[in-house]
Amino acid sequence: MTKDNKERFGFETRMIHAGSQPEPVTGARQTPIFQNTSYVFHDTDHAASLFNLQTFGFIYSRLTNPTVAALEERIANLEGGRGATACASGHAAQILALFPLMDPGDDFIASNRLYGGSITQFGKTFKKFDWRCTFVDVDQAENVRKALTPKTKAIFVESLANPGGVISDLEALSAIAREAGIPLIVDNTMATPYLCPAFEWGADLIVHSTTKFLSGNGTSTGGCVVDSGTFDWAASDKFPSLSAPEPAYHGLRFAESFGDMAYTLHSHAVALRDLGATMAPMNAFQTLLGIETLSLRMERHCANALAVARFLESHDLVEWVSHAGLESSPYHALANKYLPKGAGAVFTFGVKGGYEMGIKVVEACELFSHLANIGDTRSLILHPASTTHRQLSEDQRIAAGAGPDVIRLSIGLETLDDITADLDQALTRAAE
Amino acid sequence: MSEPLNYSDEFLRGILSGVRGIAMVGASTKWTRPSYFAMKYLQEKGFRVIPVNPGAAGQEILGETCYATLAEVPGSIDMVDIFRASDAAGQTVDEALALKDSKNIRVIWMQLGVRDDAAAARAQAAGLSVVMNRCPKIEYGRLHSELSWGGFNSGIISSKRRRIRIG
Repeated sequence: MTKDNKERFGFETRMIHAGSQPEPVTGARQTPIFQNTSYVFHDTDHAASLFNLQTFGFIYSRLTNPTVAALEERIANLEGGRGATACASGHAAQILALFPLMDPGDDFIASNRLYGGSITQFGKTFKKFDWRCTFVDVDQAENVRKALTPKTKAIFVESLANPGGVISDLEALSAIAREAGIPLIVDNTMATPYLCPAFEWGADLIVHSTTKFLSGNGTSTGGCVVDSGTFDWAASDKFPSLSAPEPAYHGLRFAESFGDMAYTLHSHAVALRDLGATMAPMNAFQTLLGIETLSLRMERHCANALAVARFLESHDLVEWVSHAGLESSPYHALANKYLPKGAGAVFTFGVKGGYEMGIKVVEACELFSHLANIGDTRSLILHPASTTHRQLSEDQRIAAGAGPDVIRLSIGLETLDDITADLDQALTRAAE
Repeated sequence: MSEPLNYSDEFLRGILSGVRGIAMVGASTKWTRPSYFAMKYLQEKGFRVIPVNPGAAGQEILGETCYATLAEVPGSIDMVDIFRASDAAGQTVDEALALKDSKNIRVIWMQLGVRDDAAAARAQAAGLSVVMNRCPKIEYGRLHSELSWGGFNSGIISSKRRRIRIG
């Protein structure tokens, strides 16, 4: 979608139709699962055109696949971006998002409240590529400005942070990124495009774990990188992967030859080609099905979650609740600004009695599933300190909102009274 | 920046299905240049693309002889596709307008990043259709769902079964 042309259709229409016109050969109305690795060339000239990126088309499913492409277009459309690249998981999306931007020795700035798995990936594994991550408290925009170096290539935050209750001030962060001539990358997994239109607030790139609310049923791991199409990669020499001649394509410059399509084309033709973290067609299909009901699910997820948060806030055995929809939250004003339709369905609370009590509550649940995922139709519960955030140091855990007494909930779509009753009985039994 | 440019899908579809000959002003002999990509693609889709570039006059680009000026292009042109800087586009438009009857020029298309509102107004006043800041390759691909194959947002929402040639 070129920025000049306004959207003609509403969000709900687009979540069902974008990327999925009837399949022209058969007329199949639902997007077919192209469970297929490779595509026949018309002739050698056609093959050459495809390999030279001179024409559109399919070569090999490591790069592009029709079912995966339908999902990419749908997510790009819902986010209001130019293009998208789907991949094997949210973690793969984070590597893909940074891949065109970073060279060995470069750094990027990330929120110290990111999901714990991201902190481990950025802080430990990326060191092997000599990509350096500086973690800062992004609530103070000044911290971000101070952490900038000549080699800083991006700022990375979550719109709504996992495990919950923390919202990034996207507009302020975007202003700093713009001044520095680098993109703001926003992980929009917890908010989804339905709750937070992050490009409108100044994000340049959006990443998703599509495993969560987009697929929605806990069936399919996946990730996605969406490009706004508005960042000028050739405005400086900071991003040579996009602005300088690419040896593997006989010296073409992606930014010059492909304009606002350069980033997404590079992500397929170079990043997926060589990193290989491709999404499977079946997972793309499941995720397309999930997105068809995204707005309905998010409305109920959010309504249930806020009601559960209020219930816990008034519970005798609960010390605190961190949900940005609550008036008590320091992020309440940011929630009203960035997430007016609801402050998400994943949040944390602190039980009286600390680490031991936290483990007991998790184990006493009968309806909540004890597992390491979020964004399922089912209500989910986790004690981050003993699971997802286990790899972090104590200080990192506390900074990430995953201290010893913290319990994370992902509120599902079950009957509200059943959800609160299960938490009530679990808290009561744990305290016995 | 000036007003956003809005072109309906119907308008662009009408242009791309109505023209056959395209004079590409600013065509390049180098295969990594955007104009070369666009020319090769449009040729594959059945358009006759004639390159125009004084620096490459007399050379062959993708099987077609390159001419120095629009006036030298033999026969009917239909559409002039401008791959030049915005401040040079007006001059090309005026050359095209002078030739519009003899060469049957009905469309002025300025490439992505190329825009001259005054020149566009002159062309429209002379009865021509004008597109600015777009690429015919990208728009053709978008309207025929090929752009979607690469994960791009075509902006197209439709429940219609597209007619395709089979065999």
